[in-house]
Amino acid sequence: MDSKRILITGISRYWGGRLAQALEAFPDVEAVIGVDNEEPQVELERTEYVKVGAQHALLRRVVEAAEIDTVVDTRLVVDSAVMPSSRAHENNVMGTMNILAACTGSDSPVQKVVLKSSTHFYGAHQDDPAFFDETMRRPHPPHTGIERDIVEAEASLNEFADRHPDKAVTILRFANVLGPDVETSHTKLFGLPVVPMILGFDPRYQFVHEDDVFHALEHAVKHRVPGVYNVAGDGVLALSEVAGLLGKPYAPVLSPWGTGIAAALARRVGVEIPPEALNQMRFGRGVDNRRFKAAGFRYQHTSRETVLKLGEHLRIHPVVRGAQEPYRYEREVEEFLRWSPHVKNTRDRAASELSRDQLAELQRLLTSFAETAGMDLDDGDTPDRAAEAERRAAEAERVAREASERAARAEEAAEKRAARARPARPVEHYDDLAAEEVIALLASLEAEDLRTLKEYERDHANRTRVLSAIDSVLARGGSRV
Amino acid sequence: MADSRRTTLSVRERGAPETALVPAEELKRHLPGVEPERQLNDWGRSERIEGLYDRLVADFFYRYWFRAEVEGIENVPSSGGALLVSNHSGALPPDAAMIAKAVREEHTHPRPVNITVEHFFKGYPGFSTLLPKIGCVAAHPANVHRLLYDEDQLVLVFPEGRKGTEKLYKDRYRLRRFGRGGFVAAAMRAQAPIVPVCVVGAEEAAPIFAQVSVLQRLTGLLYFPITPTFPHFGLLGMAGYLPAKFKLRFLEPIHFDEEGMHEDKAMVQTVAHEVRARIQENLWDMVAKRRSVWFG
Repeated sequence: MDSKRILITGISRYWGGRLAQALEAFPDVEAVIGVDNEEPQVELERTEYVKVGAQHALLRRVVEAAEIDTVVDTRLVVDSAVMPSSRAHENNVMGTMNILAACTGSDSPVQKVVLKSSTHFYGAHQDDPAFFDETMRRPHPPHTGIERDIVEAEASLNEFADRHPDKAVTILRFANVLGPDVETSHTKLFGLPVVPMILGFDPRYQFVHEDDVFHALEHAVKHRVPGVYNVAGDGVLALSEVAGLLGKPYAPVLSPWGTGIAAALARRVGVEIPPEALNQMRFGRGVDNRRFKAAGFRYQHTSRETVLKLGEHLRIHPVVRGAQEPYRYEREVEEFLRWSPHVKNTRDRAASELSRDQLAELQRLLTSFAETAGMDLDDGDTPDRAAEAERRAAEAERVAREASERAARAEEAAEKRAARARPARPVEHYDDLAAEEVIALLASLEAEDLRTLKEYERDHANRTRVLSAIDSVLARGGSRV
Repeated sequence: MADSRRTTLSVRERGAPETALVPAEELKRHLPGVEPERQLNDWGRSERIEGLYDRLVADFFYRYWFRAEVEGIENVPSSGGALLVSNHSGALPPDAAMIAKAVREEHTHPRPVNITVEHFFKGYPGFSTLLPKIGCVAAHPANVHRLLYDEDQLVLVFPEGRKGTEKLYKDRYRLRRFGRGGFVAAAMRAQAPIVPVCVVGAEEAAPIFAQVSVLQRLTGLLYFPITPTFPHFGLLGMAGYLPAKFKLRFLEPIHFDEEGMHEDKAMVQTVAHEVRARIQENLWDMVAKRRSVWFG
């Protein structure tokens, strides 16, 4: 892992959240900090969320205080259907500038900047090459707002890279993203009963699966890969082929001349085709994805598989939509069990359950023993009875011993299990554990235990990574409990 | 190359972060694999539609209408990339399809030929859908390089480009300027041999008597020719060829084995002139030996 302390911008949006979730799972990552204007939408384990927009002075303080070594900028809006162009411009151009300003300076701890960009950078024109590679620039100046934004955002990153040759600047240009969880203009278009096309054109399209998108971002965080890379699944499909894979008819409903007017009419009936997508529907675009492969990245899906996956999702989606509610309750219960101070016995429930029938047996034996003992009192010198009582007592003792042994064994096993999952007290054999193992255990500890653990750690091994991980869990626990 | 609207391939944008230099052979290894379930390839070429076109159109013209006669087909290499360079003529040029058909019919290792066409066709409805399906690609230097070097394919270029197809009947078999030698640079860069090809018969099959620039501007077409069948038989009249006898001659390939030759502009121009001269000489030789336009 090349990066240890990571700042993710745009944590409230899909990509930021998804990337944070993925990075949390890496034990080498010491800190994940997410910044955005809005609350994160996804479940985050140890990512710390800071509510701050792209104000460079504030961001700079966060970056410096947390000694961030890697900034991943996932905020770029590459679909003009998402927000009005003036806001998109503010976000894409001014936002990127401010984030870079927060990483500027020779004393800045930042060693790496990763930008999530788009192949809209190249536009779509009549005289394009069939496969754009990273060294080519676009043949014509951009003429849609989003494309202009992307070109400007990348330009400010290039300038940043020129000024800081020691910092690794990675720009990932993603092709059109498809997947079950992400919503773009194209997923919406492909969700229509027919796939709209421009009459007389069958453009070439390349897609990338949403999983490959955050794997690619993850790859750029894990390894040092400075430069520009196209990220797109293998294979370039014709739009008619896409329709075939989705199992839908295609409809050349947009006129080849005056397509803008046709698109405006389509918007009236609720089919939004943004201008940059309109160019793509006419001329198409393919990119050369080999350079990122040469940098060690492996795609999980080809363009074709990505479309097939989307097709499956589009078919199953109306069926499962209602069935997703109960799952959310389950999550709420998990939350309660995990964080509420009123939950007392989730941990030893397993141990007591196991010894319950043994307890019952013990009780029965004890009462029978008491009976015989009572008889003894009544009739002391009957040798038969005395012998009988003795025998019974011995029997009871044996069973009791056995039962208690079994119970002890069961308890021990349960404890071991519990120790593996969520240990009761500051972890046993603590000193044998590696930092990663400790960090993995932290989430299951109570605040009090965490504090004890922190003190213990400070006095003994004093590993900064463990300490900061405890702090971040404590900070979150404090807000929840 | 046959593109009139030229795009420059700048190697590095000013201030762009340096992308790690990856050796070309390494990139070649990472070419996407073929997905056997697909009917189209990454260039948009469709097996089904190409097969249909081949059986219904190309076959008929090749065998019965133009009665093509081929010599020197063994000069087309059986494997690896090679650049076929030919003279060009006809309003809707029949020569490209006949060269591709000749390689498929006569060669011991039939291979698909990628025909480079003007960028114009990508922007014109109808053509834009059809041409890639039957094996046409836009004449962009990057496209030619990828096909020749990375994909080891045959590529057919017409260096005269539009200047060749809009020339009038009176100028027949007189080669126009060979562009700026971009095709030679592309072959040198990919270290692929150039195979010059001469086609006789196409000029008479689709003669152009005049060009009407006013109508060209009105229709948005590349040019508006007056031919024996166009415009009075409509757009299909463009394909209304006269049954001239076709003769194709594939010349000795020219090899480029040194690296970095394409950066030597003088060398590129010299080779371009050499190729042009060879084609011109052979054309005149073929026309001189021809006894009849219609029967060969």
